[in-house]
Amino acid sequence: MKIFNWVTKDTNIDFMKPRKFTYALSIVMVLLSCYWIFFTGFNYGIDFSGGILMEIKSETKIDAEQIRKDLSGLALDELTLQTLGDTGDEMLIRTQVDDATEENQRIAVAKIKEILGNGYEYRRVESVGPQVGDELKKAGITASLIAILAICLYIWFRFEWQFALGALIGLFHDVLITVGLLSFFKFDISLTTVAAILTLAGYSVNDTVVTYDRIRENLRKYKKMSQYDLINKSLNDIFSRTILTGLTTMFASAALFVFGGEALRSFSFTILWGVVIGTYSSIYISAVFLNVFDLRKTQEAQTKDINPFGNV
Amino acid sequence: MYKLSSKRIAIILAICLVGFLLAVPNFLPQGTKLPSWWKPISLGLDLQGGSNLLLEVKMDDVLKERMATIEDSVRQVLREHRIRYQNLTATDDSVRVKIENSNARSQAIGYFKKIENGLTVTVVDNDVVEIKYSEIAYNELQAKVVAQSIEIVRRRIDELGTKEPTIQRQGTDRIVVQLPGVQNPEEVKQLLGKTAKMSFHMVDERTSVADAKRGKLSSSSRVVSGAEGGQYVIVRKAAVDGAHLVDAGVSFQEGRPVVSFKFDTVGGRKFAEVTKEHVKEHLAIVLDNQVISAPEIQGAIVGGSGVITGNFSSETANELAMLLRSGALPAPLEVLEERTVGAGLGADSIREGLIASVIGLICVVVFMIAAYGLFGLFTTATVFINLFLTLGAMSAIGTTLTLPGIAGLILSIAMAVDANVLIFERMREEVKKGRSTRDAADAGFTEAWTTIIDSNLTTLVAAFVLFYFGTGPVRGFAVTLAIGIATSMFTSVTVVRVMVAAWIARYKPTKLPI
Repeated sequence: MKIFNWVTKDTNIDFMKPRKFTYALSIVMVLLSCYWIFFTGFNYGIDFSGGILMEIKSETKIDAEQIRKDLSGLALDELTLQTLGDTGDEMLIRTQVDDATEENQRIAVAKIKEILGNGYEYRRVESVGPQVGDELKKAGITASLIAILAICLYIWFRFEWQFALGALIGLFHDVLITVGLLSFFKFDISLTTVAAILTLAGYSVNDTVVTYDRIRENLRKYKKMSQYDLINKSLNDIFSRTILTGLTTMFASAALFVFGGEALRSFSFTILWGVVIGTYSSIYISAVFLNVFDLRKTQEAQTKDINPFGNV
Repeated sequence: MYKLSSKRIAIILAICLVGFLLAVPNFLPQGTKLPSWWKPISLGLDLQGGSNLLLEVKMDDVLKERMATIEDSVRQVLREHRIRYQNLTATDDSVRVKIENSNARSQAIGYFKKIENGLTVTVVDNDVVEIKYSEIAYNELQAKVVAQSIEIVRRRIDELGTKEPTIQRQGTDRIVVQLPGVQNPEEVKQLLGKTAKMSFHMVDERTSVADAKRGKLSSSSRVVSGAEGGQYVIVRKAAVDGAHLVDAGVSFQEGRPVVSFKFDTVGGRKFAEVTKEHVKEHLAIVLDNQVISAPEIQGAIVGGSGVITGNFSSETANELAMLLRSGALPAPLEVLEERTVGAGLGADSIREGLIASVIGLICVVVFMIAAYGLFGLFTTATVFINLFLTLGAMSAIGTTLTLPGIAGLILSIAMAVDANVLIFERMREEVKKGRSTRDAADAGFTEAWTTIIDSNLTTLVAAFVLFYFGTGPVRGFAVTLAIGIATSMFTSVTVVRVMVAAWIARYKPTKLPI
């Protein structure tokens, strides 16, 4: 029954060797992401920017130009029309109201419906007022900060500082690069996307924790092994687990990305990419990075701290 | 020895059974009659279709109105006690008055405090007295206004015949209205957009509108515009307040729709008095600060009922009657957010979510069997048990399944496999070290346990934060993810252990097939 023997085979890969290359690769990716985040910015969904979003469906192909013309009489801003589906019978209308107050938005929704008439099925009508938009933005930022802070605290208590630092670098590496790609591909940033980013943060640390647990265990077991070999051995020990877990999570998020529909697109992209980058970083960033420290020294120091009478 | 006590096995099996039973209603055809505690997971509005409205109770308007009333009382008190004052004004949240004489001022402060409970009276700028609500009094007022508003909103929505609406307070001054199945909430929004404050005022017959505009307006009267255009000068104080209305309906007079109404006893008596005293004068019917009509009083109206004439269509007459029946909102409501999902999109989302879940599950399962063989089969079994347990837990707690929730469910299952992978990999190492089958299997479970807890904690942290800060669909995601992770830790450790133990006991293998 076992078909994929290669997955559960013992490996002996030198993960440490290409570290100069992977460091460089990561630095380039992080820098690029920062560039996109600061200079390209984000395509905020109406959760955050406020505004009106409508998804309409018709019996026949919808003529975007006609709709644009029909709606031109209204005081609308940033009207974007996006055709959905293979046959073009669905359309996403996104817009802002010129003088964006809750009242004006309510009126605009009613007017758009009135102009478009009853020939369409209104599959989705969302109107987020400026006040709620601001609040959701704040809630999204607070949630992200608190979640990352909580994860940092956990790492801090759980590991010696060298490990904590490595895990944090990995965490920020993953989050930054994912957010950068969201900016580059112009995905809609909504509350669901924020949820995906936080889930990815959890996954990224989870992967690192498993790796670090093994490194610490091996540090205790193999007192004479060089640090370079030890990190390599630890990574090889758990390599099949890393691949298996990474692949199963990737399968699930890929299924969501392909079949889950438009509403989950940016969510599943974030998770899918997050698993890839999270797996990469737990090996090539968080684990390999530990080699800059002398881990044995810390462990000895720690043992002494815990058991001051050890030498008696 | 690799052995589990039969008591433990019984508990594990019992938990699985309970979870399975709780999940059963989700697989029964819709409409199956079940007791209230045993029901399927309710679907979020993004899946079943419906409208979600977030309303804000405009306290500013209430406060302003209250301040105007207090201003009137202050004027009255000062006149009564013959205290000289200047610049009596009501701002958005306070009333200010200048009293130069310090004795009179301290005397007045005493009187002001008695106007209403919970007023704080302070002296600002030497001789200006400021009257405000204390924070406690304001909070009480707000709580009362919001509670009343919820009640009125409920009545109005019930009048529309919406099935199973949810109306809840959110935060201090917000109301969430969820209307399953409602595809076009314009009507609801329009109804909730009107406070429907109604009162009957005598028209000030001595002052013409033109006079009033020239400033010849007594402080007891004011100018109000008419619903059909034009303006009226009416007496400020209501002759009869709309709060006394108990019923309203539509009837026809000379083929035109009119709104008939009925007062309670107190209102009826007042109405009879007023109409008796002011025959041949005009009575203005004021709704939301607009005069609907101001008919001439023909004679005393006893019996406490009457009709409102106006330029009504049968639709507007119906709407007004409905608004009057359900009562006036204590404060205007504003729609801050609207999210309406059509039934078509909801059904599509469910279908897409299902397809994605099934395909994701198949991939995970096939891959695990391909990688681990027999033990992969064990994992497959736990994946399904886990699915049932999660659905069962969600049904029992009464959480709502949203589209991101479906994503959370499928993700949690894929991540849950991690626990099994950690255990199996550990077993493989133990076997390599030369330990016996049983010992290796045992060690796999015990030694992987801490890592499993450790690695799931961070995801749980993220889920809790999301639950706390998220709204609607995102909360649904957080709950599903958290429940999925919790149940998966249980299944992958205990249930798989039972299976492995049973397999070892039955076949007494000499080698673990890992």
